[in-house]
Amino acid sequence: MSQEDLAVLDSETRDAIDIDRTKGDFTFPERNKFDAGRGLTEKTVDYICDVKGDPQWLRDFRHRALKVFNDKPMPTNWATKDLENIDFDVIRYYLSDGEKPKRSWDEVPADVLETFERLGIPQQERAFLAGVEAQFDSEAAYSNVKEELTKQGVIFVNSTEGLHKHEEIFRPYFGKVIPTGDNKFSALNSAVFSGGSFIYIPKGVKLKQPLQAYFRINSENFGQFERTLIIADEGAEVMYMEGCTAPKFETSTLHSAVVELVALKGAKIQYVTVQNWSSNVFNLVTKRGLAMEDAEIRWIDCNIGSRLTMKYPGVVMKGKGARGEVISIALANNGQHQDTGAKMIHAADYTTSNVVSKSISVGEGRSTYRGQVHIPKHLKGCKNNTECDALLINTNSRTDTYPAITVKGNKHSTQHEASVSQVSEDMLFYLMQRGLNEGQAMSLAVNGFINDLVREFPMEYSVELKRLIDLEMEGSVG
Amino acid sequence: MSTTLAPAPQTSASFPAWFADRQKAAWERYLATRAPKRGDEPWRFANLKQLDFTGFERAGKVESAELVAKSTGLEAPAAKLVFVNDELVSSESPGLPEGVVCLPLAQALVSHGDLVQEHFMKQETRLGSAKFAALHEASLTNGLFVHVPDNVEVAGTIEVHHWISGKNVVVYPHTLIVTGKHAKVRVVDMFRSADDAEPGVVIAFNDLRTSAGSKLDYVALQALNEQTRMIQINETGTAKDASTIGLIVNTGASWVRNESLSRLEGPGARSEMLSVSIPSHEQEYDQRTFQHHASDHAYSDLLYKNSLYDRTRTVFSGLIFVDEGAHYTDAYQTCRNLLMSDDAEANSMPGLEINADQVKCSHGSTSAQISDEEIFYLRARGIDPVNARQLIARGFSVEVVERLKDDATEELVLRFIDDKFAKIAAAV
Repeated sequence: MSQEDLAVLDSETRDAIDIDRTKGDFTFPERNKFDAGRGLTEKTVDYICDVKGDPQWLRDFRHRALKVFNDKPMPTNWATKDLENIDFDVIRYYLSDGEKPKRSWDEVPADVLETFERLGIPQQERAFLAGVEAQFDSEAAYSNVKEELTKQGVIFVNSTEGLHKHEEIFRPYFGKVIPTGDNKFSALNSAVFSGGSFIYIPKGVKLKQPLQAYFRINSENFGQFERTLIIADEGAEVMYMEGCTAPKFETSTLHSAVVELVALKGAKIQYVTVQNWSSNVFNLVTKRGLAMEDAEIRWIDCNIGSRLTMKYPGVVMKGKGARGEVISIALANNGQHQDTGAKMIHAADYTTSNVVSKSISVGEGRSTYRGQVHIPKHLKGCKNNTECDALLINTNSRTDTYPAITVKGNKHSTQHEASVSQVSEDMLFYLMQRGLNEGQAMSLAVNGFINDLVREFPMEYSVELKRLIDLEMEGSVG
Repeated sequence: MSTTLAPAPQTSASFPAWFADRQKAAWERYLATRAPKRGDEPWRFANLKQLDFTGFERAGKVESAELVAKSTGLEAPAAKLVFVNDELVSSESPGLPEGVVCLPLAQALVSHGDLVQEHFMKQETRLGSAKFAALHEASLTNGLFVHVPDNVEVAGTIEVHHWISGKNVVVYPHTLIVTGKHAKVRVVDMFRSADDAEPGVVIAFNDLRTSAGSKLDYVALQALNEQTRMIQINETGTAKDASTIGLIVNTGASWVRNESLSRLEGPGARSEMLSVSIPSHEQEYDQRTFQHHASDHAYSDLLYKNSLYDRTRTVFSGLIFVDEGAHYTDAYQTCRNLLMSDDAEANSMPGLEINADQVKCSHGSTSAQISDEEIFYLRARGIDPVNARQLIARGFSVEVVERLKDDATEELVLRFIDDKFAKIAAAV
């Protein structure tokens, strides 16, 4: 929206729309004590193991993963050729100032604190979060959870601390939902992962407020490989939110996370992501949940930034009556490709899954939905519903949909629907007749398109989301 | 054929030189193209074992009088041709208007060589079977050629019977239909086996070419024996203001790979891609489709319905592809699977690739069984459960057939479908 447009709005609306575009686009000088250097070899893996004091079993795990990564081809037989532009030899795989995560913001180094202050994290923590972890490049700078939750046995630490201090809970589930060899990038993460969250919610504990992690890339040519494992014990409930930003460098940056969720009998996990990486980031993430009997896993996912995102959150419904859901919004602007989707693997009777995906392609942006639904033989009463809708804004906008649905047996039902449309000229005319200019009318139409999904996000996120959409729509008309 | 057939096929000396050159080049292309393998996206979920045709040989001449007698179809066809192992054994054309060419391809290559050359296998095969399209081109000896001149309408339907006879034989039926401006024609190809026991392979290709404002309906009825495998490649080009319907019905064969590409080439073009498949026992049907919107203001609609019995398996992979600038595209794609057995497997991959913004495109896919309420409703009216299920499955298929909007042809298609349901009922 132009300054001229803003001038005619009241101050409240203006504040709501006028986001500082440079909010995430800043960087501080690097002051890393530990730097694994450029490129990925066995020495890089050993360097990370040494710095982090990994036990032997983890060192062996990382080395095996490196071999898998080297052996696996790029998925370019179906994926975009842009993947071939990643130069694994110039990426820096581990950067850290060597400090342990702080429990108080006062102890966090000034520039790191300023980074997260500018991104609004401490304020959010005070306002509505049960705990926060803030990761700066490879390691967490801050990690804290409310005291009363610690007393109830809730664990919320970074993955390194998780595997060192809580190995008996961590190790049985680590790498089990997403095996190392799942894909090339899960193997890469397994070899060099650092940071990310480990969360354990004890039996019957239901968190009223969300936990949040924030991932920040500060350094150029950096690869961030966080690893998250969340275990909700029987009957437990948790909402986890993650946000991500990086400054815009001239060179590309790689973010390749692995996120594993385990919801035991009757547990509920909601995992909310608002991703607004800068447009130089390759965001190649593997996310999957394992839902046991009567458990529920919901992925609520919004992808706005990055150069290329490839992310297909999945749920393996392993227990009878388990439920999986993916709600996703993707917005692809010029130079961006949002290749997102969902995987629903039904592995027990009476499991149900739901996927609702909406994408918006602006300018020369491209959004892709890839889905997989699998209902094997000998199960009964499984149901899947998938809806994906794409909105095209400009003449050169592009969208694709590639679902794959396999159903065996006659006691199930699946339905998939997808549609592609543009904002109709009639709708724009109608809105403009009521005094909006074309840009405002388009923003309103786009927000209307995703409104039912935005409501699934926590209030604080949904407001931010609407602002981000407005911002992305700026200049898209005409 | 594992991956090669030897020796190289020989082009008939009576065919024009350009055709001999095409066949030679196609054979080289066939040898140079690698066979599909696991991980190839166009063959996702495919059963690649079915591509091993070792021991199969080109079909030879056989006694045909009995098959001609069995070649019954429409009551009053515009023309009727009977092929046995790709050889024309009978033909009549009681209802063809003047100027319409309806000949076996072998004869058309001699008498209308230039016309055939203008349209013969022009489009690239892009749904995975380029190797088999090359093999077909190199090996074909005959087929059907129809040319309807400008402003001529064929009132009835051209009926073609393709029989395959013999043990471990391969046939290469080809169909090329060309319509002039504002012309109209309907063709039904029927593929059947001379007996129920002998394994065979059919590698078929049909090419439908239209001119502006014309109307072309094509129906392929496949009821081969359950020892036979088939690869069928369908290419359709729909011109400005032209309209095409392509209906494929699968009731027979052990394994079928259908690849159907429909290209909308001009504004006002309309294409309907239809299919009914009723696999039973251990039959497997693998269907790949491509709705290519190369022009603005065009319409396409795809409706595929599968009723899966016993230990059967289907694969549907469809793509609506809209070129840059193909604005005001209106495109739909629907695949519905009715699962009639606990052992059946339906795979669906409906897809969209949209490169223009002024479009209305959607796809949908469902897989479900007949609900208890539907059975209860029919039982309450005195229909036993077995018949009730059959009745619902038949009704499910009829919705597709009715899109033909020609009573006589619909009746013929439903006869094929009813034969299949009767076989299924007899096996219960």
